[in-house]
Amino acid sequence: MPGGGRPSLVAVQDLVKHFPGERAWFGLGRPRTVVRAVDGVSFAIQAGQTLGLVGESGCGKSTTGRAILRLVEPDGGRVTIDGLDVLTLGPRELRSLRRRMQIVFQDPYGSLNPRMTVRQMLVEPLVIHRIATGASAGAADAERRVAALLDEVGLNATFGRSYPHELSGGQRQRVGIARALSVEPEFLVLDEPVSALDVSVQAQVLNLLAELQERRRLTYLFIAHDLAVVKHIADEVAVMYLGKIVERAPAGVLYAAPRHPYTTSLLSAVPVPDPTAQRHRIVLAGDVPSPVRPPAGCPFHPRCPHPKKNDRCRTEPPALREVAPGQLAACHFADDPL
Amino acid sequence: MNVWNWVALGGAAVAALVVVAAVRRRARASVSGRRFFRHPTAAPGLFVLAFFVTIALAAPLVAPYQPYEQIDIDHLQNDAPSTRYILGTDPFSRDVWSRLAYGARISLGIGALAMLVAMTIGAAVGATAGYFRRWVDTALMRLVDVGLAMPRIFALLVVVALWGHIAVPVLVLLIGLTGWFATSRLVRAEVLSLREREFVAAARAIGAGPGRVIVRHVLPNAAAPIIVSAALGIGNVMLLEAGLSFLGMGVPSPAPSWGNMIADGLPKMAVAPWSATFPGLAISLVVMALNAVGDALRDALDPRKEAV
Amino acid sequence: MTEPSPLLRVRDLKTYFVTEHGSGTARAVDGVSFDVRPGETLGIVGESGCGKTVTSLSILRLIPEPPGHIRPGSFIEFEGRNILTLEPRELRAVRGNQIAMIFQEPMTSLNPVFTVGDQIAEAAIVHQHLTSAAARRRAIEMLQLVGIPDPAERVDHYPHQMSGGMRQRVMIAMALVCHPKLLIADEPTTALDVTIQAQILELLERLQAELGMAVMLITHDLGVVAGTADRVVVMYAGQVVEQASTVELFARPLHPYTEGLLASVPRLDAPQQGRARGRLHSIPGQVPAATAWPDGCRFHPRCPYAWDRCRAEEPPLLDANEGREGEPGTHRARCWLVAEPQRRTARP
Repeated sequence: MPGGGRPSLVAVQDLVKHFPGERAWFGLGRPRTVVRAVDGVSFAIQAGQTLGLVGESGCGKSTTGRAILRLVEPDGGRVTIDGLDVLTLGPRELRSLRRRMQIVFQDPYGSLNPRMTVRQMLVEPLVIHRIATGASAGAADAERRVAALLDEVGLNATFGRSYPHELSGGQRQRVGIARALSVEPEFLVLDEPVSALDVSVQAQVLNLLAELQERRRLTYLFIAHDLAVVKHIADEVAVMYLGKIVERAPAGVLYAAPRHPYTTSLLSAVPVPDPTAQRHRIVLAGDVPSPVRPPAGCPFHPRCPHPKKNDRCRTEPPALREVAPGQLAACHFADDPL
Repeated sequence: MNVWNWVALGGAAVAALVVVAAVRRRARASVSGRRFFRHPTAAPGLFVLAFFVTIALAAPLVAPYQPYEQIDIDHLQNDAPSTRYILGTDPFSRDVWSRLAYGARISLGIGALAMLVAMTIGAAVGATAGYFRRWVDTALMRLVDVGLAMPRIFALLVVVALWGHIAVPVLVLLIGLTGWFATSRLVRAEVLSLREREFVAAARAIGAGPGRVIVRHVLPNAAAPIIVSAALGIGNVMLLEAGLSFLGMGVPSPAPSWGNMIADGLPKMAVAPWSATFPGLAISLVVMALNAVGDALRDALDPRKEAV
Repeated sequence: MTEPSPLLRVRDLKTYFVTEHGSGTARAVDGVSFDVRPGETLGIVGESGCGKTVTSLSILRLIPEPPGHIRPGSFIEFEGRNILTLEPRELRAVRGNQIAMIFQEPMTSLNPVFTVGDQIAEAAIVHQHLTSAAARRRAIEMLQLVGIPDPAERVDHYPHQMSGGMRQRVMIAMALVCHPKLLIADEPTTALDVTIQAQILELLERLQAELGMAVMLITHDLGVVAGTADRVVVMYAGQVVEQASTVELFARPLHPYTEGLLASVPRLDAPQQGRARGRLHSIPGQVPAATAWPDGCRFHPRCPYAWDRCRAEEPPLLDANEGREGEPGTHRARCWLVAEPQRRTARP
């Protein structure tokens, strides 16, 4: 376990989520194909830390985030929050657990109900969880809380009366964050929270997230495809490919000395805003694969640029093993990195 | 028609104009409102509807006679339109205009109420099927398939024939119960796409149960096709009711409905066309107005059209 | 010195849009001027709402006429011919033939009911009057050129049978069929994964070298611009706010907006600072609406250096190299700090 003996707030073990493809027999038979979106993912996050989960489209990172919260029901594995087994909870217990874990979505335009005002959106969680009930004293309390939330995310209290279409992308994202914070969670899944924002707004929101983490002692699972953003905010980083984690390490280690060829390729592909930088860009051949028919053996082998790639890679899937203190990689040649 | 009737009639027209103007003013503030009135037939359609609704509400004021009143059965049958009986009298010497005014209550009322029943059932079934999917969806949609395959007017005729005399509320219920199938398909389609939107996932993430998600999040955003379908559907219901009444299976005489007025007047069509024609015109006008308003609503509420 | 005359000259381009119900006129592009030289890559950088896409569409006159219109007084010249006064027939001979364009979303820019071969061949048939057999051969050649495996088979595939990266390659093939002199690429890699982006950028570089084409690359990604552009134009609020060679721009950004952008991008090559990584620099406020650009310098409400002159007078593009070393006219910024550099005090 990385980070020493502190207990983990969030622990995920062998998480599995498969999506059935077309079914035979007019929707009543067995599915002909299966999309193995999440195929055995394990990690742990300690309280107050940020785990960055990176990968390209189709790797399963978003599904992982949603499966942890049971927004999609996992097909296997174990998820514990502060020791509580999330996957075996009944509906009522799950609802009260929702107070402790929340999510912020990628699309600021789609994640807000176009027919509700900001105030209505922030009051709703309070009502559901009876944090501030509707009686006269409760109503004033709800108003106070809404105002405090808006202030905390840097929005003027007058925004309470606005509808989503009246707000900019950055403002909508702040509302999404405020909504997640309204139930006072300990753990936040951030599903590409800044990917849809302009560069200057992105910086504002990232700063806000860092501030909130400090102030409220929050634990983050930060899902993203932008490695530079993740470097800025994560303590530990896990790289996903075709539903599996192929490398996991503390951020400093991963960016300085990656052990998996995919991580190395990914890092070299990111354009750096410095025209004088000498970059050896590894350009991978072929497309990002679809999780419907993952290759046999190592899932990365068809595109892997490692010079020592051999038959073992084609037939034997490498296990995710510790190759350095705190660093795990799933590669037969992790000790001989690119 | 005496002076007061004319005054009331004029008042009804003015009231309708006022309503349309007020709606127009409110609508100018929103993009969808402006889009609505960009249709040249939207405002006239709205006027026609407002006018007939006002007439229906103010029937005692605009109608000089009672709808059942047979004024002079010996001498005033099938009298042509005159200053006293502005739309003439029918074969039972009842004033056509008075019957038209009171008939508006019944025809429009049945139209609106039956539509309400159909919309409610259709929305509930469609939302349930679309949100829960799997076997619930399959079962409900097969039921809908059966309903859509059923020839509606024949089914209604059978029920009425078996039952004998049916009261108007029962008629409303029957028409509503046989008319929700298409709406449920529409609603289901909207719900299927809405449930994938992130704000629905967000609602579930904060702990909302399925009931709250459907009622507070999904249905308000599915309202547009429901509203449009309702506007257009009222016209259908009115035609259906007219057809049933025409066949003698709908609103029972002597209660006036535009449909049974046509039935009463049809035998004398050659010599006294007014008793069947005017109610027919009224139905046509209202249905056209509903179609115009429904079309304009569909454009106005279309979320895909972004304002520049 | 003698320089090759520019391939494309844009002077004082203004494209305005009429908005509904008197929100006013959106002055999306408000006096933009720049050149594109033969064979070079010009990067146009800016965030959403700055007018870069509208600029590119204006060059090919693809702006829908209501609600948009290119104002009189705008001047666009390609190879010595005024684009804005061309007859429709002549304009069509330029589009796809001399100037080609590729867009951000390859799925929606490709027609889903035609094979990719048909779509590539279409440009050849229209402009070069090839027979369909010859055009099909050309399409296969182009697929080969853009690096699609098994081109003879793929030529009959439909867009939905291909991945995002492949579709973008098809778009590039379509654009290059007639060997245009200028390729306008509007955010060509934004919708793609980073490893695919690397492939496409490398492809564009190779093709540009092989075909001797100029590229106008529109993007918001400073990293992409740093890696591929020779010169950069930075846009904000419908105007050019800075233009310079790429090296100059990144080494010595003059306009506070450029400075702010560069400082607020999280960088892969930044030293990892652990938990004490600190805040990213962020530009306060947000981009104003195109219907209500601020008075004076349009950036002044968000600028850390602004003083009275900035609020009152809109600065023109000032030459940063006037009277100093460096070629005059190669680095310009629309900022009073160029004239009064002593006001560039340290940020609070």
